[in-house]
Amino acid sequence: MSPTITTSSEANGNVSAATARAAASAAASAEAAGPQPVTMAKALNTALADAMSADSSVLVFGEDVGMLGGVFRITDGLTAMFGEQRCFDTPLAESGIVGMAVGMAINGMRPVIEMQFDAFAYPAFEQIVSHVAKMHNRTKGAVKLPLVIRIPYGGGIGGVEHHCDSSESYYAHTAGLKVYTPATVADGYRMLREAIDSDDPVVFMEPKKMYWTKDSVDLSELRRLHEDSRAEGTTAGLGTEGRAAVARPGTDATLIAYGPSVPTALAAAEAAALEGRSLEVIDVRTIVPFDDATVCESVRKTGRAVVIAEAHGFASVSSEIVARVQERCFHYLAAPIRRVTGFDVPYPAPKLEKYYLPGVDRILDAVDDLQWEN
Amino acid sequence: MTISADHTAPDTTSSAAPGNALTEAVKKFGITVEDYMLPARHQIQMVDPDGRLIPEGEQGTQPGHEYPVPGDKELLAAYEQLVVGRRVNDQNSALVRQGRMAVYPSSHGQEACQVAAALCLSEGDWMFPTYRDAVAVMTRGVDPVQVMTIFRGDWHGGYDPLKYKVGIQCTPLTTQLLHAVGVAHAAKLRGEDTVVLAMCGDGATSEGDFHEALNFAAVFHLPVIFFVQNNKYAISVPLAHQSVAPSLAHKAVGYGMAGERVDGNDVVALLAVLDRAVKLAREGSGPLLVEANTYRMQAHTNADDDTRYRESAEVAEWRAKDPVNRMRTYLTGRGLLDDDGEARIRDHAEAVAAQLREGLGEDVPVDPQELFRHVFAARTPQLKEQSAMLADELARDAAATDSKEAGK
Repeated sequence: MSPTITTSSEANGNVSAATARAAASAAASAEAAGPQPVTMAKALNTALADAMSADSSVLVFGEDVGMLGGVFRITDGLTAMFGEQRCFDTPLAESGIVGMAVGMAINGMRPVIEMQFDAFAYPAFEQIVSHVAKMHNRTKGAVKLPLVIRIPYGGGIGGVEHHCDSSESYYAHTAGLKVYTPATVADGYRMLREAIDSDDPVVFMEPKKMYWTKDSVDLSELRRLHEDSRAEGTTAGLGTEGRAAVARPGTDATLIAYGPSVPTALAAAEAAALEGRSLEVIDVRTIVPFDDATVCESVRKTGRAVVIAEAHGFASVSSEIVARVQERCFHYLAAPIRRVTGFDVPYPAPKLEKYYLPGVDRILDAVDDLQWEN
Repeated sequence: MTISADHTAPDTTSSAAPGNALTEAVKKFGITVEDYMLPARHQIQMVDPDGRLIPEGEQGTQPGHEYPVPGDKELLAAYEQLVVGRRVNDQNSALVRQGRMAVYPSSHGQEACQVAAALCLSEGDWMFPTYRDAVAVMTRGVDPVQVMTIFRGDWHGGYDPLKYKVGIQCTPLTTQLLHAVGVAHAAKLRGEDTVVLAMCGDGATSEGDFHEALNFAAVFHLPVIFFVQNNKYAISVPLAHQSVAPSLAHKAVGYGMAGERVDGNDVVALLAVLDRAVKLAREGSGPLLVEANTYRMQAHTNADDDTRYRESAEVAEWRAKDPVNRMRTYLTGRGLLDDDGEARIRDHAEAVAAQLREGLGEDVPVDPQELFRHVFAARTPQLKEQSAMLADELARDAAATDSKEAGK
């Protein structure tokens, strides 16, 4: 038995800023100072380790997350660092993983669970939709479920079937779930820590093709900022939740993207700039709650918009974004809003995925169609 | 055939040398792990349908599956709750007929299971009930009107699960068993001696989460008691269509846990078996499965017509095994219950029924803004917008009604 495991409420009450900083600095001691090239995988792994250091009620479990460190190595080293009680493998059963996490969250823990791949989360769908999303509401807030469901999602890695789904619309459509999806390495760290601190359940969608993307990031600075805001209890107001980011400023049209589509949108904006067109790129960051203000401010400024997503377009997050922008910005629009999404076909085999995925050319074609006067 | 439990995962949370936790737990009984896991050859029954104590050698017990008869005080308390539970079941059915409750899945006939499930637990333990277990939830101490709120129609639940350590009355079958596993797991990690009782029915044993919950509980060696009320029907579908296992209790063996069958209309046997299961689980035996052999005397709910799928002769046969009458006869025969005692208990049951009539007859005003209040810990901008939209809609409705009234 570990005497160090406490309930989340106790932990939140007891962990002083100094303790949290001490834990964080211990984890940081191995890191070089200043900005370094860091992968998304490393940022997520560091966020998990830091959250576990800061709060003993944070537990990590799922399939192959222990000894192996996860098939994408996101949980690498956590069992060695925190012991088998806090990072462990479960039997191979996704509904069981989510259902057990619900019970643990009811009883004072903050579980962070891993679904190995997007399509492997479907056996857990009933637990997620019928309980994770509804427990807070049906108990009038008496029972909070501070749990995070991490899901590697999306394609672009040449994966075989059932390994490349973009499943975010299922969760975004379900009232009571928050849906985060980072598109930068720094957001990988920030948003995962916010998700773990949140008293609401968060479906944390990780763009798997970006796990090996490197950005120059100062992890110890991100940690310090998070621990400071955490100690002051102000994470909610200062964080990324409900706050889209302007990933690239521009003036002529707005590209709205999230997760794996953000780098594609940025590449398209770069290419458009060579042709003399200035595209603004908005990174949605949290699909739920959605930042209408930032998105609409951009579209009102540019008067043109293209929404980009890997998921099938029909009845999707991308269709929701178009509807919201149209409702709020109609009189500012110079052209109908266009979408560049995956086709409405099952995710294709590896040799066909380049035809399916939204790419720079398809985005630029859509931009060209935005009824430019000349 | 020998059943080896060598695959049982080491108890990773124990500081003892890794080994087979179940083998260790079984040592004290002087029987093999196989004999421990397999249910006794016959169901455990202590008081027969005519209210007579069955002689000790014929109660279905066998070495390692021995159950002392519970004490008189516990039995009297159980009888009182049986009478209250029966009255509540019938009162609620009446309230449904009067249109004062939307629906009520009655546990009429299963009151012994309901009462024993609650009475075997200590205050710090947890219970995870289904929609049919309102009497168990009430017996656990939750205010009867709060319990029935779910069926009244103004919210999906009326009590605070954390306050009473009672999970929500769960509708999606067996999903709650996994929540029970999680609560037990969290408690075990913190070194608490909480026991969790997880309830489901016979039909539910076909669900995938039944399998996952039993397996998780066994692999993590958690103090969970899976209490299966085999009432013979899943709405209209009889047990034979759910399972051809020798018994539902036998399913335990496949997970490396102990199973036992008990007469589900004999509260004496139920308490004996469940009390021991709770004790074993608390001492570290890992999970157990108890199957109660009972019968759903009434239709699934008021919306169901049970004459379409079962014979009245079958129902009559089970009426003769009624758990309440049986216990009354037994206690009266033993001189533990007299007319005064019976009258006092009846008064108690009537008082609870009156409380329900009053509480559920009351037309509680609903607040439309409650729709938005509890979706998240804090309202999102979208929910604020929708809440304002509804407020505006209602204000305009009210204004229109006012001007109409004024114009009259």
